[in-house]
Amino acid sequence: MAFGIKKFRVLYHFSLICVQTIAILKMASIIFILLASAVFYFAFKAFYTVYQNINLGKPYDWKGQPNGRIKDVLLIALGQKKMFDRPLAAFMHLFIYVAFLMTQVELIEIFIDGIFGTHRFLAPYLGSFYSFIIGFIEVLSLLAFFATLVFLSRRNLLKLPRFTKAELLGWPSTDANLILLGEILLIFGIFTMNGADHLLQQIDPAHYPPVVLPVSSILGPLLFNGLDTSTLVFLERFGWWQHVIVVFGFILYLPYSKHLHIFLAFPNVYFRDPKSRGEMENMPAIMNEVKSMFGLPVLDNSESEELPVFGAGDVTDLSWKNLLDAYTCTECGRCTSVCPANITGKKLSPRKIMMDVRDRATELGSQIKKVAPATNAVDKKAAVSDDKNLFSYISREEIRACTSCNACVEACPVLINPLDIILQMRRYEVLTESQTAEAWTPMFTSLENQGCVWQVPQERDAWIHS
Amino acid sequence: MIKTMSEFAASGQQPEVLYWVGCAGSFDARAQKVAKAFCQILDHVGIQYAVLGQEEKCTGDPARRAGNEFVFQMLAIQNIETLNNYNIKSIVTACPHCFNTLKNEYPALGGNYHVVHHSQYLQQLLDSGRLKVEGGSFKGKKITYHDSCYLGRINGEYTAPRELITTLDADLTEMKRSKANGLCCGAGGAQMFKEDEAGDKRINTERAEEAVATGAEAIAANCPWCITMLTDGLKAMDKQDSVMVYDISELILQNI
Repeated sequence: MAFGIKKFRVLYHFSLICVQTIAILKMASIIFILLASAVFYFAFKAFYTVYQNINLGKPYDWKGQPNGRIKDVLLIALGQKKMFDRPLAAFMHLFIYVAFLMTQVELIEIFIDGIFGTHRFLAPYLGSFYSFIIGFIEVLSLLAFFATLVFLSRRNLLKLPRFTKAELLGWPSTDANLILLGEILLIFGIFTMNGADHLLQQIDPAHYPPVVLPVSSILGPLLFNGLDTSTLVFLERFGWWQHVIVVFGFILYLPYSKHLHIFLAFPNVYFRDPKSRGEMENMPAIMNEVKSMFGLPVLDNSESEELPVFGAGDVTDLSWKNLLDAYTCTECGRCTSVCPANITGKKLSPRKIMMDVRDRATELGSQIKKVAPATNAVDKKAAVSDDKNLFSYISREEIRACTSCNACVEACPVLINPLDIILQMRRYEVLTESQTAEAWTPMFTSLENQGCVWQVPQERDAWIHS
Repeated sequence: MIKTMSEFAASGQQPEVLYWVGCAGSFDARAQKVAKAFCQILDHVGIQYAVLGQEEKCTGDPARRAGNEFVFQMLAIQNIETLNNYNIKSIVTACPHCFNTLKNEYPALGGNYHVVHHSQYLQQLLDSGRLKVEGGSFKGKKITYHDSCYLGRINGEYTAPRELITTLDADLTEMKRSKANGLCCGAGGAQMFKEDEAGDKRINTERAEEAVATGAEAIAANCPWCITMLTDGLKAMDKQDSVMVYDISELILQNI
């Protein structure tokens, strides 16, 4: 009986707290909390799917060279060092990027205000530093607005070659424009909110603490002067909610968009390939086979029972780093614009390789989700009745056009390597499918029989005596 | 006098350096001239060097990049056996593809050597004072330098070949795309041994046009495949008589 009363008391107190909390929170707060919870639930699911898709890839040894990884993340991802090979785009991108980073500070406050129904919660605690931060964000937002217009016109008016290639037609172009329009909406929201806020500071300083707003103190009076207080209050709230809804939309949209680079650029740089650029990954299984063929000692003879797949025919044959590369790609096309094959009108586009790998990983991932969960990626792939592979997306003509010149690798601001995927697909063609470019067959034959790239009638040292 | 490694071994001697000739240097008429020019410089300086002769095989680069790992391993393992048997420590080569494979890919297979490209080797000879360049025949003449991908972008060597050209008192003029942004000649990744895939233009024509646009009378290169590609590109433009393609070593040889 005593236990029953104790339980009842706990329940009673808990419900009291709940009722009191609800009473404290306003209706707007409840909507905000519900909305934010739903957004985070669905966003988490979508981001987790991306994580699972990347994990369809094979293990990858990134630990070879531990030094300098953090430094690279700071310089290349955070510091955007490689972006500055093209200064105009780099500065425009920097405005949007720094504005985005700084807005995260404001976003913390937006969440506090959203949950507790406060207004500019941090202002009294941070004092003049608060004004500095908010003012800084205002200036950056203006620059970002300008940069976004430049980016939209580069894509839609100037039609820069790298933004009008075949692989960008349709959804990829829409994706890019949606992100840019979202940014414009976000910036509109910020200035509507702050513009009205600036005017309200003079009307009701108790509720609207004095914050110096360098842009809105000009824009606000210009746009909203003479409006009555209730309209201003409405505009301030409208801007706030517009800001919040665009941010929520962004969070939900990101895992389906090329814009994912804002997060993945960091791990992608951190897990960069430790091998030197000139080294293709060794294939110990084949090395050991050849060594024993020549009667040489084989050091590590850890032969597996399964017949290995040589090269990459599908995303499950690539490494998870290859797939991380694919999801990190934001389709900027710097790789394609420097690719000698693409420049001279061949079908190969390194950017398309990355997009195809990502799309295939997404497709295979979603099919795997439908079948019964299995232990590993290879078993899962086997359980999917899917007669597609990477070659359903990427033609042989594309991979055979590559000169392995590394221009695409050099061009990528976030260390994506399309070449590695192309070469793994070539290995699959030759070693697993036994097919190759027609002219390469005689080359392989003379290499195998004569140790020379050509079929040659004379001895290798004949030139010495000629 | 070009001696082979087996001749050195027979007399119980070890050369200062092994000159890795490669398939092009051994069999291609144009690249043979480069090989001979390089050997003449080595003789002039008095370097004790050897070649492998008949014991040398393709490094396997084109097989590996075309996807044929099996053929690559066969060639590489035989080469490593030969090099290790002769206890080779130091290798110089005039082909950036051989250079890259020997330097970056053989270690994983058990072949560890100090490998330099001939432009780096010549620069070292110049720096140490063993090689003296007179200058003169190219004085004031416009020369443009074509970065091969495998020496430049892939192995980061942009300065040694340029410094060699500078010693000739020539007017070194850069192409629009150079150094890390250099445009491939179109031969890498085993493209040399097949036709281009369908497109608007050949890659070597694109690069030759860019070289001609500098107004240079000579293109300096560091790779036998680049030399073939650029020469063909110039022929397509009917410029083969007004613009010459030289290997770095040929430019140096004319001035010592």
